[in-house]
Amino acid sequence: MSAMIETLEAMERPPVTMASRLDGELLEVSMGPQHPSTHGVFRMNVALDGEIVRKLKPVFGYLHRNHEKIGENTSYLGSMPYTDRLDYFCSMTNNWAYALSVEKLAGIEVPERTEYLRVILAELTRLQNHASLLGFLLSDMGAWGTPLMYAFREREKILDLFESLAGSRMMCDYMRFGGCRVDASDEWLGQAKQIVERFPKFLDEFEELILGNEIVIGRTQNVGKLSAELAVNAGITGPMLRACGVNYDIRKVDGYGFYPRFKFRIPLGDHGDTYDRLMMRSLEMRESVQILKQAFAQIQPGPVMNPKAKIRAFRPPAGEAYGRIEAPKGELGFYLISDGSPNPYRYRVRPPSFINLTILEDMCLGHTVADVMVILGSVDIVMGEVDR
Amino acid sequence: MIGTGILKGMAVTARNFVGSYFEKDRLITVQYPEERAPLPENYRNFPFLIYDGHDPHAGLRCVACKICEKECPPQCIYIVKSDDKKPDYMGKPQFYAKVFDIDISVCMSCQICVEVCPFEAIKMDKEFELSQRERFNHLLLRKNDLAKSNQYYHKIHPVEAASVDKALADAAAAAEAKKKAAAEAAAKVAATKAAAPRATETKPAPDAPPPSQALS
Repeated sequence: MSAMIETLEAMERPPVTMASRLDGELLEVSMGPQHPSTHGVFRMNVALDGEIVRKLKPVFGYLHRNHEKIGENTSYLGSMPYTDRLDYFCSMTNNWAYALSVEKLAGIEVPERTEYLRVILAELTRLQNHASLLGFLLSDMGAWGTPLMYAFREREKILDLFESLAGSRMMCDYMRFGGCRVDASDEWLGQAKQIVERFPKFLDEFEELILGNEIVIGRTQNVGKLSAELAVNAGITGPMLRACGVNYDIRKVDGYGFYPRFKFRIPLGDHGDTYDRLMMRSLEMRESVQILKQAFAQIQPGPVMNPKAKIRAFRPPAGEAYGRIEAPKGELGFYLISDGSPNPYRYRVRPPSFINLTILEDMCLGHTVADVMVILGSVDIVMGEVDR
Repeated sequence: MIGTGILKGMAVTARNFVGSYFEKDRLITVQYPEERAPLPENYRNFPFLIYDGHDPHAGLRCVACKICEKECPPQCIYIVKSDDKKPDYMGKPQFYAKVFDIDISVCMSCQICVEVCPFEAIKMDKEFELSQRERFNHLLLRKNDLAKSNQYYHKIHPVEAASVDKALADAAAAAEAKKKAAAEAAAKVAATKAAAPRATETKPAPDAPPPSQALS
């Protein structure tokens, strides 16, 4: 066993001796897993030439907890609370993606009010995810605290909404196959509407705070450029792909839920650099506000749960289904194979964070170590989803 | 001019700093142990068992059907069914849980046990200050720790508890009505049965033997 590990280590690392370092050869640095800017337990083996990154190898798996295997050994409903723990910033969208694929598998219809509620919750999730991402990204750049705290102040308001609706701030576990667990009261909708109406004010202030800042511009423009071709070939989705100028948004492409009923635009970037990715989040939040306003105007009272959907002893017919949604980080999909038993035969997650992380090396090569942190921050990863 | 962006950003920071003294919207921190934000109605933490009346043992609604134990995703519930039966809150003899343990160090507060319980016996608590000095013993809640009264449930989830009580009362009323209807129907059947032999008795067949002879 130990011999095997040794050979693996030897394969991964170029031989580094003291003499070679003095000769100006590459210096290998292990960044993480306890580095504060790696957004969790993520490690990068970076080979440096002076301060320039020549080689970068992401190492993950520190947070692996057998999500997919657990999903195959619990009932369909039992996996729902586990999906909260994938991307713990966006449990509502995770719930939706999973519910969507099971509904596809079993052919369950969803009531109209639920579809609206799901859109509202998904867009609120997008708002809080993007707001906190901007805060983290600036924190990575050295603006410790202030922008992050402003972003978290807004995020906390949305999390309070989630808490009063679903009972928990982050582990919402709100959606069910064929509906939602509890109905939103008019009071809740009123509160949500108020928060959404005040949100653009925060966005204006936040953009004033950071986007004109010369240091931010200097640190982000032309840093971590990603070409559209590479992004498409690597399967990148979400704001990262759109920052490269590729018009691909599953809300428009698939038109799942009630998204075809709403009028909204897809912001597109031009250069594919970190600044575009940063702006993309800001613009997407503005579009989300538009969607939310339309949804609040259109939502009607009604049932939130399909009465035919079963909670206990749920057995979908044999078959397979892939349900995907545009999560804040990209395409989040659940692939399920059913053999007619209460547990899925195969349960697979297509995590956007993980796949967006695969091109980290291509973006970082030729930049300095300090830029690696900024580029990693702009990818928007959550280790709970990367490692599963 | 270079530097204006930074100055603008500084102005935002200054506005927030000064504003935090006047605007409630800019300073939303709740100084937790001294002041507490009210918990929303739907807040959930860990499950507890409901009992009706005053006796935690006699009034416990749980009938040890073990559905929650089976459906619990992290499998933190452990139940041992009783050998004998005791009357439940509707007076029907039912099994009860001899042992009902929930390991709240494993529980992930997903509320699935509450949703699958057909007897409205398990609900979510709002107690969140649960730190203990003992890691293994004190976080394993026994039946006595879990049993809480219906009044407590009304206190923490007023709207939900009212609807649950109404549903239970309706179910009890429906059961009562059904019982009554069944009793009436039975009485009717008995009456017709009683009437039927009387009818035959009034017109006995001339060649039939008397009933007493036929029986013997």
